[in-house]
Amino acid sequence: MDEADRIQIAVAECHRLSSSLAIVGHGSKALMGPLQGADTLSTQSLAGIIDYRPEELVVTAWAGTSLAELTEVLAEKRQMLPFDPPRFDGAGTLGGALASGLSGPARPWRGSVRDAVLGVEIVNGRGQRLRFGGSVMKNVAGYDVSRLMVGARGVLGVILSASVRVLPMPETEATLAVACDAGEAGRLVRDWARRPLPITATCYYEDTLHLRLSGSAASVASARSASGLGESGDPLLWAAVRDHAHPFFADSAGTITRLSLPRGSRFEVEDALIEWGGCQAWSRGSIEPPDGAFATTFAPGRQAATRPVSDAATAKVTARLKDAFDPSGVFNPGVEG
Amino acid sequence: MSNPKVLARLRASLPTASVLTGEHAVRPFETDGLTAIRETPWVVVLPETVEQVRAVLAICREYRVPVVTRGAGTGLSGGARPLKDGVLLTLTKMNRIKEVDLDACTATLEPGVTNLAISEAVRDHGLYYAPDPSSQLACSIGGNVAENSGGVHCLKYGLTVHNVIGLKVETFEGDELVLGGKTLESPGLDLLAIMMGSEGMLGVVTEVTVKLLPLPVAKTVLLGSFGVLEDAGRAVGAIIAEGIIPAGLEMMDNPSIRAAEDFAAAGYPRDAAAILLCELDGTAEEVAADAHRVQAVLTSHGADVRLATDAADQERLWKGRKAAFPAMGRLAPDYYCMDGTIPRAKLAEVLNGIGELSGQFGLRVANVFHAGDGNLHPLILFDANVPGQLEQAEELGDRILRLCVDAGGTVTGEHGVGVEKLNTMCVQFNDEELTQFHALKGAFDPDGLMNPGKAIPTLARCSELGGMRVHQGRVPHPELERF
Repeated sequence: MDEADRIQIAVAECHRLSSSLAIVGHGSKALMGPLQGADTLSTQSLAGIIDYRPEELVVTAWAGTSLAELTEVLAEKRQMLPFDPPRFDGAGTLGGALASGLSGPARPWRGSVRDAVLGVEIVNGRGQRLRFGGSVMKNVAGYDVSRLMVGARGVLGVILSASVRVLPMPETEATLAVACDAGEAGRLVRDWARRPLPITATCYYEDTLHLRLSGSAASVASARSASGLGESGDPLLWAAVRDHAHPFFADSAGTITRLSLPRGSRFEVEDALIEWGGCQAWSRGSIEPPDGAFATTFAPGRQAATRPVSDAATAKVTARLKDAFDPSGVFNPGVEG
Repeated sequence: MSNPKVLARLRASLPTASVLTGEHAVRPFETDGLTAIRETPWVVVLPETVEQVRAVLAICREYRVPVVTRGAGTGLSGGARPLKDGVLLTLTKMNRIKEVDLDACTATLEPGVTNLAISEAVRDHGLYYAPDPSSQLACSIGGNVAENSGGVHCLKYGLTVHNVIGLKVETFEGDELVLGGKTLESPGLDLLAIMMGSEGMLGVVTEVTVKLLPLPVAKTVLLGSFGVLEDAGRAVGAIIAEGIIPAGLEMMDNPSIRAAEDFAAAGYPRDAAAILLCELDGTAEEVAADAHRVQAVLTSHGADVRLATDAADQERLWKGRKAAFPAMGRLAPDYYCMDGTIPRAKLAEVLNGIGELSGQFGLRVANVFHAGDGNLHPLILFDANVPGQLEQAEELGDRILRLCVDAGGTVTGEHGVGVEKLNTMCVQFNDEELTQFHALKGAFDPDGLMNPGKAIPTLARCSELGGMRVHQGRVPHPELERF
């Protein structure tokens, strides 16, 4: 019996007994809140790369595969995960990256986790092993269940394996920095968004705007002069922001809030770390979202909570979807998905 | 179905010109781009506002009348086939561009806005909407959502799912779902993603917000001509392995090249076993550097290479590719277009398999291929006037799709399941998976009255068969480019 069979049997048994399971990979995302469940279902042993052919730009791996190993294997072929998921304390699995749906600094330019997902194999709450999507870029056969799994925090099923799109690593990257106030940073970022510059990350914190350019050497050099930013910044900044190892997060023991701001937003957040071309801001404490924005508050020991909460129509469909995939409520009880 | 009460209610709720009945009035709506499958709708409604859409759904809910939603009717799998006892909800009159937000680089649209109209409306601002299905002159953004439409630039810029960021959806139950929006993250389950490619089965899309991209400043097109088809296949993989993501990468085999050349005089080499068209875009520096590298890859794989840097020459090269389908009309009275996707590495294997099947069935097959993303369009040539050939073509098509599934691919890359591929869905998905799909639909449409019978086969009828057949080169709207 292999590891996937073991998981399928465990879920089927829980379904039969109306019991529950907390699905855990490396357990590195305490940020999202504690999991409950009569038992813990670990995907950690369900690890390894199933198929990787660089020329197809696709990698298929078991859910418990560590992101560290996966990115290393891709890097050997000069490829990468476009969504560059966080690895808090260096840990994290592919399944956890999908279930949490957290994307890294390049999100506005290289796409989100769900943008890159091409197919999954799951075990639903009935203990059935199901495959959706595949390993090809274009696929419109059936509803796009693979992408529905992303960010669902496990409430619809246990992800056993996933196929995700990969991208070539850029030939060159440059990190630039400029001292400016928040208003000026916003103006610069909005201006760059309208021009075909090879931007792959921005970060504003403590009166400094950082910008990452990626592409061919000639293209990066030319964009560097077009951006008007001369000074070089620290290229390690991006991984630090991604993994919450940046001083902003180190100094933020306790509650933090992630604001999802509309594209082109002119909203200014005090004392925040602002990335994604102004679309994602991290702030200390719990703050109210401005109109048109969402605030997700991460408090130690509590479930991540987003405001405003879903309207009644969305909540109704969400509840029915959970019921359609997990009728007896086996997975991650108490998690909103 | 001819419930006079329903008709009276619809007429009371909509402008006079927005409710069509009678054979003469509804005939233009009897089919979409899959012309072999026709049905006369009982009534066609053309609402002009979201309030009118809600009114139509409320009436249908009250009287339990099924609803089929339709955009421009360019779909290729029969997804918008009407029902003889149902309402055909046509959204082409809802075609206003509601907002262009230049700070956000987004456009908010009614569902009937045509794909090309979006890019035309924002071109002066240096922006465009990336997905470009070949029917973009006519197809609507609401239909693009329903089919998760692609185009020739998907490998680099993605499908509809990657470019639509927000939707408003009316459900059959009378709720409005507001999904996504201008933020990059939205709380809760990703209902926006599940709407993409859902073929009108889950709700009626009444508003679409898309992201706009800056127009690339530079573009170039390379034509590689190969003596050996397998070399072209390997060159595709080698370009990707070089770390280059072309904006477009298309392959045609010899029968397609000859037909296209006869039709469009694009300047293709008639004796080549295969050609590759590779479009690169981006900054001037990026394009120049990549063109040099692609040229080297093509040459090292045995190709003769031509570089088209001026717009007129580029357009001529693309004209041949876009004419490939109408050109087939010269090779045979009818053709049947397949839409499988395969891993690129399996291309030679699948093409050889198709060649063998073609021999067995005694029917010619020409191949055009969105090589960049593995989407294969085999065209089965036949003559419907020869007794039995139509059925043979359909069976051959079915066998080709099975080959695609066996190679690790899918039965439809971009045309959708509709009614056409209901049977091949049974090859790709087992009963438990199909049951899960039906349960998912039930979460949005518990009554099962939104576009019933499409996209997902019932377990009991996994044997339905259909097909896209073009008789004597006649398709609806023959002026449109397709695929």
